[in-house]
Amino acid sequence: MKELSLNILDIAQNSVKAKASCIEINLDETDSTLSISIKDDGCGMTSEQTANVTDPFFTTRTTRNVGLGVPLLKLAAEQTGGELNISSSVSPENHGTVIEAVFNKNHIDFTPLGDIVSTVTLLIQGAPDTEWKFTHRTGEGVVSLDTAELREVLGDVPLDSYEVVRWMEDYLREGYSDINYNLKQSE
Amino acid sequence: MKSLEELAAIRDRMKDKVVLREGNGQIRVVVGMATCGIAAGARPVLNAFVEGVSKENLSDKVTVSQTGCIGVCQFEPVVEVFEAGKEKVTYIKMTPEKAAEVIEKHLKGGNVITEYTIGNAIS
Ligand SMILES: Nc1ncnc2c1ncn2[C@@H]1O[C@H](COP(=O)(O)OP(=O)(O)O)[C@@H](O)[C@H]1O
Repeated sequence: MKELSLNILDIAQNSVKAKASCIEINLDETDSTLSISIKDDGCGMTSEQTANVTDPFFTTRTTRNVGLGVPLLKLAAEQTGGELNISSSVSPENHGTVIEAVFNKNHIDFTPLGDIVSTVTLLIQGAPDTEWKFTHRTGEGVVSLDTAELREVLGDVPLDSYEVVRWMEDYLREGYSDINYNLKQSE
Repeated sequence: MKSLEELAAIRDRMKDKVVLREGNGQIRVVVGMATCGIAAGARPVLNAFVEGVSKENLSDKVTVSQTGCIGVCQFEPVVEVFEAGKEKVTYIKMTPEKAAEVIEKHLKGGNVITEYTIGNAIS
């Protein structure tokens, strides 16, 4: 894939499918590394499923033969000399999944982050009843969006209303321009 | 800077519309937003539907939502239209321009644009 934000989309859509009520997307960037972590409180996976999920020939779906979300992110990380870690639990008290991928940004095979703003708004728009916490920490500053805070203001107005979606997109774009983070450069 | 006050203003404008939404939904437009769809350009197609439905004040009868891989990746971007009592219509290889046409002719006018449907591509 030519944008890491598309990998993020894939992984977070798995969290939605796992019926998570809260999904956290954290990006942490230094001059040389990017770490992406996606954490959900969905149904989780057994240790066998967790071991299998990085294998491209594993999926619980029947409409397509191979699930590629996790294996592709793992590949993208490993080809920069980074790694992917996954931990998951099906225990009734703390079920959920954490997937973390670390990238060396300066490696020649590093895939740019791409259009993360569209990805985040798309995810929220697609699962407006889920709580989303997005935080991107960069050397220049932090961009974040927490749907719980928006919901407090919005009351009954759904997060997937057209004007709200546009507001979120503009909010994130302005957040990035405020910290002089060049979104275009990373495409 | 975008502020929460602005969001509050949106809420106040939206209140009446939300009441309408609850009565809603004879027509469901579903856009395939798995990565195969997005790579093929599904994002602008989704946006065109969401924006068009809002601008044409169709929100009371049309809902727009996303789904994963519809299973016909070679025809992405794929859009399905579900309407109570009618057969599902599957539009393929969609663009924002085609989306605008579907809103005008199909969602507003009630006429399926056969030319853009999957049946047309297969037969
Ligand atoms: N966050 C998650 N929570 C629970 N199950 C998951 C999660 N992520 C992946 N899975 C399981 O692993 C399977 C494979 O995932 P993935 O490799 O992304 O393929 P796909 O979603 O295309 O089937 C999914 O079908 C799902 O059953």
